[in-house]
Amino acid sequence: MRRFRFSNIMLWVGLLFIYLPMVILVIYSFNESRLVTVWGGWSVKWYVGLLDNTQLMNAVMRSLEIACYTAIAAVALGTMAAFVLTRVTRFKGRTLFGGLVTAPLVMPEVITGLSLLLLFVAMAQLIGWPAERGILTIWIAHTTFCSAYVAVVVSARLRELDLSIEEAAMDLGAKPFKVFFLITIPMIAPSLAAGGMMSFALSLDDLVLASFVSGPGSTTLPMEVFSAVRLGVKPEINAVASLILLAVSFATFLVWFFAHRAEENRKKAIQQAMDESTGAHLQAGPDSRRDPSQVHA
Amino acid sequence: MNISRSLSRRMPSGRHLVIGVPFVWLFLFFLLPFIIVLKISFAEADVAIPPYTEVYTWAENKLSIVLNLGNYIFLSEDSLYLAAYLGSLKMAFVSTLLCLLIGYPMAYAIARADKDIQTVLLLLIMMPTWTAILIRVYAWMGILSNNGLLNSLLQSIGLIDAPLQILNTNVAVYIGVVYSYLPFMILPLYANLVKHDQSLLEAAADLGSSNFNSFWKITVPLSKNGIIAGCMLVFIPVVGEFVIPELLGGPETLMIGKVLWQEFFNNRDWPVASALAVVMLAILIVPIILFNRNQAKEMEGRA
Repeated sequence: MRRFRFSNIMLWVGLLFIYLPMVILVIYSFNESRLVTVWGGWSVKWYVGLLDNTQLMNAVMRSLEIACYTAIAAVALGTMAAFVLTRVTRFKGRTLFGGLVTAPLVMPEVITGLSLLLLFVAMAQLIGWPAERGILTIWIAHTTFCSAYVAVVVSARLRELDLSIEEAAMDLGAKPFKVFFLITIPMIAPSLAAGGMMSFALSLDDLVLASFVSGPGSTTLPMEVFSAVRLGVKPEINAVASLILLAVSFATFLVWFFAHRAEENRKKAIQQAMDESTGAHLQAGPDSRRDPSQVHA
Repeated sequence: MNISRSLSRRMPSGRHLVIGVPFVWLFLFFLLPFIIVLKISFAEADVAIPPYTEVYTWAENKLSIVLNLGNYIFLSEDSLYLAAYLGSLKMAFVSTLLCLLIGYPMAYAIARADKDIQTVLLLLIMMPTWTAILIRVYAWMGILSNNGLLNSLLQSIGLIDAPLQILNTNVAVYIGVVYSYLPFMILPLYANLVKHDQSLLEAAADLGSSNFNSFWKITVPLSKNGIIAGCMLVFIPVVGEFVIPELLGGPETLMIGKVLWQEFFNNRDWPVASALAVVMLAILIVPIILFNRNQAKEMEGRA
């Protein structure tokens, strides 16, 4: 089992590699000294100083606003795309559709950003919309690439679902829309939450797309941070960065926790329903069409 | 219930709507922009708003299309651009390889861990991908700089006398890229490895195969799709990466994402930036199609 041990060591070393720089960053954000490499004792003065920085606070509010809109739109759009990809097996242009959904995952951001900006400029010339670039254009850019992430997360979930539940509802006369909203949505809810959270975080983090498609007066938080970071390491930026890190980690943990709990409850409910049905089943005699063990799959 | 029923009757058929909405959105905001980039790459830079000349003009009942190939000729003549493309490809290739070498054992260890620990480990891997790449790269600036933590540490234990120049070199860019993209390698590999049937390895062991032999001949070939997905998720975005070379790299770091950014924001030469993007896309189209095929296979799955 030598290989097994080697991979475990790699895992711990890798995790250390991933987390150590972030931990160091957070620790140094509490550094009293203005010199970022010299430890001068603990202090929260950099955090307190942030509150007075109105320019930064405006950028934070703007970024949060865009991230909210993006999360909502990306979940709606991504879920539709995932549904089409997993359930509608045949239609004209399906290959193109699949490509359009997954390509934004890997497309370099500079290309997407530049092309979207040129689209907005051309549209403004042609039809006069969007008249000016700002929150709206950033939202469109973020929604486009976040919905690809949502589509991947949701389609993974849709594939795992037991189709027989939806089929049963359909057999009992429910319309497709009703089946979708009453049966499918509740079953994929954890992945919707995860997708929404992910879109929120991705939107909050994005620098390149926002830099291309934003206009004057619509600077987002990453753009603000980037222009400061370019000039080197600064204690104020350490504090902002730590706050973002902590906020995202906390939110990730919350989503994971609720998704995990929902999953546990669902498993328990299935188990309970199966126990009951096998009880009834034993009395009624064997039914060859429904094998309860398949519910697990 | 009545509302939803009457709503569904009035809808132009749910099927079309569900396919149509994402299709139109992605067509309008993802595919169409590329066509415009292609168009503007044939324009000339101009002192105007927007800063390029029109490719089509309609005057006196004449439609004239002027395709200016000057931008492409300019790109091929200046060796800076070729060097930037090659630099990007080399950077992407080497860091993809490094990510695979580090990420594969990690994904393997997670896939073999207990079910409960697996979810925690996955969360630990996934969390950084949700955090700004900008901030994680920034964290390295403080560590790698001449009077930074790494150099102070090495000096205090007496390993080196003078500080090593790491920040603003390609080494720093490699560290930053591997650091930022490692999770994107691990997640698809894990998703693949966790599905493997353990009985195959047991059968091989019963027949006298060594652990390494079984790993190399069974596990690795079975994880082919995971390896392709992971490598593409790293390679393609790294070719166009801007933030990491900008913050960690130095004068020796020539990468196309950075060059494109400078052409666009500093020189305000939109046509040349467009031509750079078109060439980059032409280079990446094969890996992107490979990735899409692979994803389509995964997504269709059981459907």
